Amino acid sequence: MKDKLIASFMAFENKGSVQTDTEFHKIRATAMQQFEKIGFPTKEIEDWKYTSLKKLWNNDYSLFPQLPKHEIQLSEVDTYFLKGIDSYKIVFVDGVYSPFLSETTHDGMEICLLSAAINKLKYKIIMEHFFNKAASKSDGLTVLNTAFTSEGAFIHIPKNTVLQKPIQIIYFTTECEKDVLLQPRNLIIVDENSQVQIVERHQSLSNKNVLNNTVTEIFANKRAHIDYYKIQNDTKNASLIDSTFIEQKDQSVVSVNTFSFGGDITRNTLSFYQKGEHVSSILNGITMLDGTQHVDNQTNVFHQQPNCESHELYKGIYDEQSTGVFNGKVFVEQIAQKTDAFQQNDNILLTDKASINAKPQLEIFADDVACSHGCTIGQLDENALFYMRQRGIPEKEAKALLLYAFTNEVVDKIRIPVLKTLITKIISHKLGVELGIDL
Amino acid sequence: MLKIKNLHAKIGDKEILKGINLTIKAGEVHAIMGPNGSGKTTLSSVIAGREDYKVTEGSISLYGDDLLDLAPEDRAHKGVFMSFQYPVAIPGVTVTNFIKTAINAKRKVEGKDDMPAAELLKMIREKAKLIGIDRSFLSRSLNDGFSGGEKKRNEIFQMAMLEPKMAILDETDSGLDIDALKTVANGVNKLRSKDNAVIVITHYQRLLDYIVPDFVHVLSDGKIVKTGGKELALELEAKGYEWVK
Repeated sequence: MKDKLIASFMAFENKGSVQTDTEFHKIRATAMQQFEKIGFPTKEIEDWKYTSLKKLWNNDYSLFPQLPKHEIQLSEVDTYFLKGIDSYKIVFVDGVYSPFLSETTHDGMEICLLSAAINKLKYKIIMEHFFNKAASKSDGLTVLNTAFTSEGAFIHIPKNTVLQKPIQIIYFTTECEKDVLLQPRNLIIVDENSQVQIVERHQSLSNKNVLNNTVTEIFANKRAHIDYYKIQNDTKNASLIDSTFIEQKDQSVVSVNTFSFGGDITRNTLSFYQKGEHVSSILNGITMLDGTQHVDNQTNVFHQQPNCESHELYKGIYDEQSTGVFNGKVFVEQIAQKTDAFQQNDNILLTDKASINAKPQLEIFADDVACSHGCTIGQLDENALFYMRQRGIPEKEAKALLLYAFTNEVVDKIRIPVLKTLITKIISHKLGVELGIDL
Repeated sequence: MLKIKNLHAKIGDKEILKGINLTIKAGEVHAIMGPNGSGKTTLSSVIAGREDYKVTEGSISLYGDDLLDLAPEDRAHKGVFMSFQYPVAIPGVTVTNFIKTAINAKRKVEGKDDMPAAELLKMIREKAKLIGIDRSFLSRSLNDGFSGGEKKRNEIFQMAMLEPKMAILDETDSGLDIDALKTVANGVNKLRSKDNAVIVITHYQRLLDYIVPDFVHVLSDGKIVKTGGKELALELEAKGYEWVK
């Protein structure tokens, strides 16, 4: 697969309309050289100890967008959009922008395509200033994405703008001839005092194997507020490698909420870089798996300035033979005095065969800080189950209620009401009950 | 109403109940007293259907229906209620939502629709007043951070809401000061009627000053060794459990 990717790179470069002497081209070429050197991550790398991508590389992925078998109809995909609210939409089908399903804007702000930002001169300065500035240069899959960057969402909110409607970024994969590898790239810049809510989703409609290797860079300027939600509820043939890099300036508040309900292999790497004072970084997650699904959450918070905080809360429920990884790193540099960092990771294993590898990792070089972390792994509380059944609640509902209550602390943090309803629905569907209550 | 015949039960390999016989009629209050390890909690758990206990011999029936084959929730639907010695905390589920779920689960089995919200709220208000609990308490997570007294009052509140036929109060007095004890006992007394019955399981006589039993049974080593009227409790208090062994 690696050789195929390297060979394809030349073809890919020639196919693009990019002038080969631009800064953008140089970034891609450098990234390709880097990928040739590093290659795919293997289990020998500490952070990949519990997740093997080996089986994925046996798939014969097509690297270029293919023509879909049939034109997608709104009725087929309607269910994957947030309902009942007005929103901006940036929608891609098989890696290609779908104007039909999208609702973008250039009116006072940019909610559009990365390909536009790459190719149009007026975005040159902003691209040079931000593109690939936060993303990793040493992670094999991130540099691979950089090398093949051609399309994705581009969002630039100018200062003093509070967006009244959320932005949905959705990547669909339809029934194609072959397995497909897509490498979307998102670039999000939110300027001073501006606020935005973004929902990202990857959804396969295909029986073929799909792999999304996606990279997102988010820049929050002073006092910007960003709430980012990732819905991962894909089919059994779909895998996702999500690497998200966030840079925050003074007093900005950014939350990333990751809801991992399914797919085959899902790997989330979330890295926050605090580049200003009084920054708040919030990381929330719910992982709920069954079958042989695997989710690996790697979170990194780099406290690089004083007086900042981070709050992290991840909850996991693992049924059947599903497996999970939680690796939560918090780095507090010497300069980052008065840091307030909190991390909590709670897990419930429903069977003997399900497993979770949880590893909180704190590296603190400053002395005047408040850092705490906690991690629990347990089973459903039998006493609580009996208690509920004694009151007449059937076993299945009792279990569901306990599990739902377990996730509720995170669900409650969702600030888009229709999204909260959607997540509640997905959870109750996964629990196999109609939760007729609003907890 | 409730008939227990020659009941033997064990947990693991240890036999705890060794032939219990007990008949309870509607309208009656029965106290079961006994020292630690005599089998009091086992008896209440077996009636409620806790699966850790294995019944090896005998029967339990409610209005002629065999209870032993039924799941705990089915027994609850037939009218069995047990107030727990240690009520379990369920963070994330409010008292109101918990009771609503329990009531509607029973109604579903009876082929009825969910209780209309207005009716439910009215009932909650009435029963909360009856038991003397504050309304703010109802929106808190079930038993989460509750004091000992609050937990027990919450149990009696649920009993009031579920209107059981056969209520078993397992060591409801433990951990309560005298004022909390009176409140809880008053709540139970208000719920008594000619159609329901109560088993009060207790270590000490003092709860029986407030919930006055018709019969007192002394349990020792898995058997009922003595049965009498309410005066038996006083006698036990004076002479100690050694007296009946």
